[in-house]
Amino acid sequence: MTAPRTTPATAPAYPLRLGDDALIAAQRLLQWCARAPQLEEDVALANICLDLLGQARALLTHAGELEGRGRDEDTLAFLRTEQEFTHVQLVELDNGDFAVSMAKLLFFTTYQELLYGRLAASTDPALAALAAKAVKESAYHTGHAAAWTVRLGDGTEESHHRMQHAVDTIWPYTHALFTPDALDRAAAANGTGIDPATLRPLWHERITRTLKEATLTVPDDGWAPGGGRQGIHTEAFGYLLTEMQALHRAHPGARW
Amino acid sequence: MTGPPAPDARRDWPLWEVFVRARRGLAHTHAGSLHAPDAHLALHHARDLYTRRGEGVSLWVVPAAAITATSPDEKDPFFDPAADKPYRHPAFFALPEGAEHL
Repeated sequence: MTAPRTTPATAPAYPLRLGDDALIAAQRLLQWCARAPQLEEDVALANICLDLLGQARALLTHAGELEGRGRDEDTLAFLRTEQEFTHVQLVELDNGDFAVSMAKLLFFTTYQELLYGRLAASTDPALAALAAKAVKESAYHTGHAAAWTVRLGDGTEESHHRMQHAVDTIWPYTHALFTPDALDRAAAANGTGIDPATLRPLWHERITRTLKEATLTVPDDGWAPGGGRQGIHTEAFGYLLTEMQALHRAHPGARW
Repeated sequence: MTGPPAPDARRDWPLWEVFVRARRGLAHTHAGSLHAPDAHLALHHARDLYTRRGEGVSLWVVPAAAITATSPDEKDPFFDPAADKPYRHPAFFALPEGAEHL
């Protein structure tokens, strides 16, 4: 008799952090809704928000089930406090102008595309399935953000200047995407997750290609703010979270 | 008197016509139009506006300015003469007896 093969357990906090990334990215991006420069672009950004929200729902639901304490996606999204959120600071930063929003989107969704591509082989079947679905969405998001980065970078003198400024402003916050902590390492070790540091070379290569095409300069690596994974967030997040949770906190369980 | 405000070039992206093929083997069908700064982004917008619910497997975008269309003024000479020529329809002719495989 051989012992039954055991599947390594996924730590609930692992899908939770990936879900938080997607949720807060969606919540921030949707502030463009009804404010985008053109109706067509408004719809495009809203579509991307909804994709990210869909990923967040699946990831938070999975985290809640793994945790086994009866917390569903709504409980996790609407009833946690600021420091209980474990997304990277990049996704909570203010949208700034359109160039800043596109730089954030490009950097984040390229990371997501590479992550989901690898996560599709996770030993956690639920995580693998949702990653396999999400990677196609991410590829589209990346393409959209890259298209705008190239057009603004290689556009007018003003648009070039603003796109370069956006890239330079956001760049420091990208490091946290690829800085593993104990949870990432454990998830990578048991096959349920990915060590994000292993994604950076390809991420850097792809971003460099896009920035070159956009006639932009790839920033030097320097200051690398972190702490999002440990619940440390920027001032901007408090306002974002308050707005996101206000309705649910005022009317618990409210439905359409 | 001042005239209407001059169109803002930055806000006036060109118009594109969108054609969607619902599935392999069918022809592309006109679905609608949209504004986009160039062909690549026109395809992106077409995807977001016209294939959100699985309507298509292939998209064409065509600059609306590149389409040459009949004008409503030409409707009579172009189309009316076809209205009273029933012999252009195959069903107009009686089948000869004994003709098979028709």
